[in-house]
Amino acid sequence: MSGVAPLAYRLGEFHPFAAAEHNFVYLPAGALFELDEAAGRLIRRLEEGEVPHPALVDELMASGYERADAEALIGELRGARIIVAGDMVAAPMANPPADFPLQALVMNLTNQCNLACTYCYEFGADKIATPHGKPKYMSLETAKASVDFLLAQSAGRKAVHITFFGGETLMNFPLLRDVVAYARERAQGQGRSVGFSLTTNATLLSPAIIGFLSEHEIGVTVSIDGPPDLQDKRRVYKSGRGSYAVIEPKLRALIANHKTRAITARVTLTDGVTDVIRIYRHLKDNLGFHEVGFAPVTASNRQSYSIDDADMEGVIAQFHALADEWLEFALRGEMHGFSNVSETIGELVQGVNKSHPCGAGLGLLGVGPSGDLAPCHRFVDADSHTLGHVATGIDQGKRSDFLTRGHVGAKYDCQTCWARPLCAGGCHHEAFVRYGDTGHANLHYCDWIRDWTDICLRIYGALSVQNPGFLGRFAERRALS
Amino acid sequence: MKHLRPLNAKARRIDEVVSSLDANDVVALQQPRPQRPHVPMGCTLSFSPGWEVDAGGGTAGLCQPVERDIYDCYVTCFWPVQVPDHVNNSPDWANKCASATKDWRDLDIVYP
Repeated sequence: MSGVAPLAYRLGEFHPFAAAEHNFVYLPAGALFELDEAAGRLIRRLEEGEVPHPALVDELMASGYERADAEALIGELRGARIIVAGDMVAAPMANPPADFPLQALVMNLTNQCNLACTYCYEFGADKIATPHGKPKYMSLETAKASVDFLLAQSAGRKAVHITFFGGETLMNFPLLRDVVAYARERAQGQGRSVGFSLTTNATLLSPAIIGFLSEHEIGVTVSIDGPPDLQDKRRVYKSGRGSYAVIEPKLRALIANHKTRAITARVTLTDGVTDVIRIYRHLKDNLGFHEVGFAPVTASNRQSYSIDDADMEGVIAQFHALADEWLEFALRGEMHGFSNVSETIGELVQGVNKSHPCGAGLGLLGVGPSGDLAPCHRFVDADSHTLGHVATGIDQGKRSDFLTRGHVGAKYDCQTCWARPLCAGGCHHEAFVRYGDTGHANLHYCDWIRDWTDICLRIYGALSVQNPGFLGRFAERRALS
Repeated sequence: MKHLRPLNAKARRIDEVVSSLDANDVVALQQPRPQRPHVPMGCTLSFSPGWEVDAGGGTAGLCQPVERDIYDCYVTCFWPVQVPDHVNNSPDWANKCASATKDWRDLDIVYP
């Protein structure tokens, strides 16, 4: 064994970015640091290659540092793993504990829908659901069993959450009402609390329903694609008739009368529905939604409604413009409604470092009208993805298989990507539709994710310099949504 | 930290850990050894198949007679206790044993 060679430093793994004339790094651990001049210089020095410890200290001393200061600077960067020495290999991302408690349950109250949106993942060309022969509407018995299941599986959590979903959720509103009462009663009996939200197409909203939602503080997300010409392109009744004219007055009533929770619009971008800014203005300024979020449609490679690359460029450009606007608002201390930014900022405030892209199969499960459990609402009623039943509990073998596949460590392409703490490979369902495997990284949007994460990082950086207090508003926002 | 400003919850946790490290901690011997191919030491270098027992736990199917094992300890490497030290004290210990399977009785005990 030869003598001990001095430590040589090289750059660790990080994503550098600049904002408001300051320099920052984003680390694979999810941490965000601002660099001062000295740290920035040291990083630039190591960009030229490895430097042994004594030489680095000598260089720093030659440029005016005391020895102790030079050692401290190196120590800080090494401690944060911005620079690394020797054959340091980062520990692999740990697995979440096998008994990870449930936090949220998505209850698909029905698999029926009064609309026939042409891109629907539940009924459209890429559907994976196999509802044939299964109940169309969830029974009260199954719903109660689901609530009991959630409370039993979430032991130790003070607050749990139920999201109502469909089909069209409000086609089974009587059950929703009963579940809210039952869940509140059961949770209170255990000294715990339960929150609610629902997703709806808004066609069936009535003053009574709106009153109920407001009274019980039920968060509402409306699936809507924009002004009439865009909404009516694909969000149609089975007859082909558009739904805008039906929902518009109902939405105005909802937003005017539901005062206890933010009302969110969720837009699906498809071929020809890519006019992000116009959609945003309409939903935010005209209809009055508090927040508007966008996502490109989930589709296997070639569907008539898929967005092609050229249109995606346009979408991204408009995302950038709205993101700039978000920052302008934030610098004035105002909350902008573009939730794609707000969601990411919320995760960056925590510094999440995900083992899995979302809580599906982990803290969150979906339950279908039959009582079958699924990783999330998107897999409900799909036999190939059942993870058990509310009556018999979670099938641990299948759950473990799902989580093992979906773990970021199992996705080869993610290992060298700096955006993995937030993305972790992306939506399990989208991966299944695209690649036939829930554990496949969503490679078709990697560039987009990195671009988007970088945008949000720069917003974060600018705020941390110019209006740091604003970031505090996101501290309570749920990190995993 | 003086040169890094932690900006989120995770960074603050790293800051706490790094700041709590004792500056006077011994670091000289904490350097990991450089990565090298794994080269086993000792008897295994002689690549003698037939060591101890076969895959089924028996001795009948070994590539070499089980008695041969003792020579691996004696000739190719010295394994204290099991066999005499042929390097310094008992260079002639195995002289009367040309073939281990036949002559093993001629291997005698060594009295120091």
